[in-house]
Amino acid sequence: MMKRDDCFRALARHLGDEIVVATYSSAVDWLELGERTLNYFSVGAMGLDSSHALGLALGRPDRRVVCLQGDGSLLMNLGSLVTIAAAAPRNLVHMVVQNGTYEANGGHPIPNAATDFAAMARAAGYAQVHDFAELASFEQQAGHVLKQDGPVFATLRVERSKPLSYDYPRLYDPARRAALKAALRRRP
Amino acid sequence: MDADLTVEGDDKIELKGSGIIAAIKASGIEFILSVPDIVTSGGLLRPIARDPQFKLIRVCKEDECIGIASGLHYCDKRALTLIQHTGFLDSINAIRGVAVEFAQPICMMIGLLQHDPTTAPRASPRYGVRIVEPILDAMGIPHHLINEDADVAKIRPAIEVAYAKSFPVALLIGRRPSAS
Repeated sequence: MMKRDDCFRALARHLGDEIVVATYSSAVDWLELGERTLNYFSVGAMGLDSSHALGLALGRPDRRVVCLQGDGSLLMNLGSLVTIAAAAPRNLVHMVVQNGTYEANGGHPIPNAATDFAAMARAAGYAQVHDFAELASFEQQAGHVLKQDGPVFATLRVERSKPLSYDYPRLYDPARRAALKAALRRRP
Repeated sequence: MDADLTVEGDDKIELKGSGIIAAIKASGIEFILSVPDIVTSGGLLRPIARDPQFKLIRVCKEDECIGIASGLHYCDKRALTLIQHTGFLDSINAIRGVAVEFAQPICMMIGLLQHDPTTAPRASPRYGVRIVEPILDAMGIPHHLINEDADVAKIRPAIEVAYAKSFPVALLIGRRPSAS
């Protein structure tokens, strides 16, 4: 079993100008690694992370989009697996951080912590599917996963983290949204 | 025969699908995000699906449209969410969070399922139809009833205002548009 922040550190080592969509606990841990203009946190409703990511991927096929979604969030939008697979954006990497809990909502368990999200993504029709439970394996393959033709799906099986502090005004700061939009208008 | 090609009671008032589609195109809409709706199925969704000028994204549940449209907006791409009013009701929290609180120009074209077009939606005997406009009012979302051909002229200005103000808009389709 891995730790989410270790996974994100491994991921960050391979990232450049990708747009990263993250919410709740994933957003908090991701932001701990440093500010990036190309972070997208203003998802607005639990579960919509993957849908926002699809919109970004369709709107900017010249950029890679990485979605860091919690397992509870994906459960609220399971249909997005089918929608994404059908839309088939080659530039979308969809990672689901599976800790078996609604961590931001009091740490209660999701209805079935043993849910096989990778199997769901494979059945929905994702082009590439991975399931990581060992940090060494993820560290070794993260760079490759980020470059694959998508849609790419990866489950990151992690343990529950220490209690986090959720600074939503900072995450949802309108200035952050404006900066992201301005950055996307500047073509690379 | 497709379900959307069956004939409803004809009150002689026309709403041409082709006129609505022309207005959508004139508004710069590139992406159509949709769950099928029997009101707009034959007159809008089928021709849109055949039209190479649109990119149609078929989604599983209506609230997905709200997230996808927001992501597209960050990339300066215009999208129209084409759903029925039951899907709008199901998507209220997404519309609240993304469209209203984060001030995104989410443009929704909403078929009023089982609405009698000879009555005002607020006076509909159908509870689900009757509550749509009051909910939009409570959320502060501008809305326009598209009930006959003369109403089609409202579409482009409504979408332009939504993008200019970065705020959502709802276009309520009060009768089945014809497939012509």
